[in-house]
Amino acid sequence: MIRGKIRSTKHHNVLPGFGLTMGYTTLYLSILVLLPLSMIFFYTARMGWTEFADTVLDPRVVASYKLSFGASLAAALINVAFGVLLAWVLVRYRFPGKKIIDGLVDLPFALPTAVAGIALTTVYAPNGWIGSLLGFKVAYTPIGVVIALIFIGLPFVVRMVQPVLQNLEKEVEEASSSLGASRLQTFRKVIFPELLPAALAGFTLAFARSLGEYGSVVFIAGNMPFKTEITPLIILTKLEQFDYSGATAIATVMLVTSFLLLLVINLIQWWTNRKFIHG
Amino acid sequence: MVKNALIGIIVALVFYASGCSQGETTSKKGNDSKEAVELLNVSYDPTRELYQEFNKEFAKHWEEETGQKVTIQQSHGGSGKQARSVIDGLEADVVTLALAYDIDEIAAKRGIISEDWQSKLEDNSTPYTSTIVFLVRKGNPKNIQDWDDLIRDDVSVITPNPKTSGGARWNYLAAWSYADKTFNGDEKKIKGYMRDLFKNVEVLDSGARDATNSFVQRGLGDVLIAWENEAYLSINELGKDEFEIVNPTLSILAEPPVAVVDKIAEKKGTAKVAKAYLEYLYTETGQKIAAENYYRPRDPEVLKEYADKFADIELVTVDDAFGGWQKAQETHFNDGGTFDEIYAE
Repeated sequence: MIRGKIRSTKHHNVLPGFGLTMGYTTLYLSILVLLPLSMIFFYTARMGWTEFADTVLDPRVVASYKLSFGASLAAALINVAFGVLLAWVLVRYRFPGKKIIDGLVDLPFALPTAVAGIALTTVYAPNGWIGSLLGFKVAYTPIGVVIALIFIGLPFVVRMVQPVLQNLEKEVEEASSSLGASRLQTFRKVIFPELLPAALAGFTLAFARSLGEYGSVVFIAGNMPFKTEITPLIILTKLEQFDYSGATAIATVMLVTSFLLLLVINLIQWWTNRKFIHG
Repeated sequence: MVKNALIGIIVALVFYASGCSQGETTSKKGNDSKEAVELLNVSYDPTRELYQEFNKEFAKHWEEETGQKVTIQQSHGGSGKQARSVIDGLEADVVTLALAYDIDEIAAKRGIISEDWQSKLEDNSTPYTSTIVFLVRKGNPKNIQDWDDLIRDDVSVITPNPKTSGGARWNYLAAWSYADKTFNGDEKKIKGYMRDLFKNVEVLDSGARDATNSFVQRGLGDVLIAWENEAYLSINELGKDEFEIVNPTLSILAEPPVAVVDKIAEKKGTAKVAKAYLEYLYTETGQKIAAENYYRPRDPEVLKEYADKFADIELVTVDDAFGGWQKAQETHFNDGGTFDEIYAE
């Protein structure tokens, strides 16, 4: 009895104390993430400010930012809409082949990006199955870039939203409709608030992943200057000239911009969490 | 848990260290004993088939000659990317790349190859050459005969991006040379020709192989500007009844050079065998293997033997027409060069 009492006063954790775990986490993150990233800044620091500004504000580079950020944003938004829909179907309904479709969702994770790029280009090229049916060009235009980014971003949204939907109890919806809410109202007031944080997290992941994507995009883009050059390709062209600092300067811009964007999205997430769940 | 992990890490490190030092001692002894030796040849994309064949022959020759077994590891990729790997620490004994500029950069950036590397072997350190030709669809429906046909309104051209592809730089310089000759060096007219040419290019793939795929697999374009050996490979692998080669009246002598990476080979103790490896490319056997793989042999005797493969085209060289690769790279392909001017708004 007494021993039990003593034991309950000392709080037991599965993991060892905070000091050790925090230290370990910091070391691990430093070696794997922070050190390699800091090398980028280290290289960039070799340039002067004017040289840096000239490199990253070159009209051709700016055009590539617009494409990379714009296409990533468009792809992530489309993915949120259709990813939620897909997750909904996979969670709520039973149909033959459901397991297979569920497995297919993860495919973009597993495929080497170059394979995905070549496959998409084959299908959407003017002589491809889909490309030949469409009245407008898809491959070698910004639309092609968006399609490649939708392809690689889809699993993020689906896998984020799925568990939330699974935990949503049907009774809650039944209660809301028995209290006289219309379907739309039920969705807006009951389901949507629950889904929003997960959908936002999926959006963030898909967007961040798309920004740095090279392999699957480079085949379908066509790489025409000012029109369909993505920023990672510009970085590569700098490397081809053995211009390491120029390459890292552009990488720095991408890194800082991505970080700021992710920070903003995370703040929005935190705010929606408070508003809907605790508010 | 942590203790165990630490012990594991320490054990792994000890193993790794002993493995390394062991590896070094065996290769250090490589040349004075009959122990097996390993070479790493860092090359570019279209030489895959050539070196597969050549490595086998050389290993056989070396063992007969010295009694030593040699295995050659190959690495292939875009020429510029391969050069960067060596600069960043890939331990190549020899490099066999698409253009002298890439080897120059290794010499300049890391000092592991001597600055005068190109004079160390015969013929500019280029045992085999190639040139730039056109690949068109069977029957040549658009009747493309020469460079001036490529700027016609009804012709669509496929060529890779000179910013990312070594092969594309040869294509660009070949087109430039033609315009140079046609317009007697009038820079304004040459640039006008280049602009018209790239107006007809709808896709700039990042590598020579990718451009070939766009033309061959996706059915894009009416003409592919390509390495002669790539053009032959396309025909052989995809059927003679789909494509044919058109030889322009003037093209460029593409010289893909080779060099021993002195400092690395010395460190590994492979200097002797690495040098012999490259020299073997110049022997009759080496020259024949090159010709079999559609690279033009330097040896006039061997060239005569394979004369039916290699059309007689007027060829300019980078050194004569462009003042060497360093200058060509700076004038045409670096940021702000003539290629960027084409797309500047």
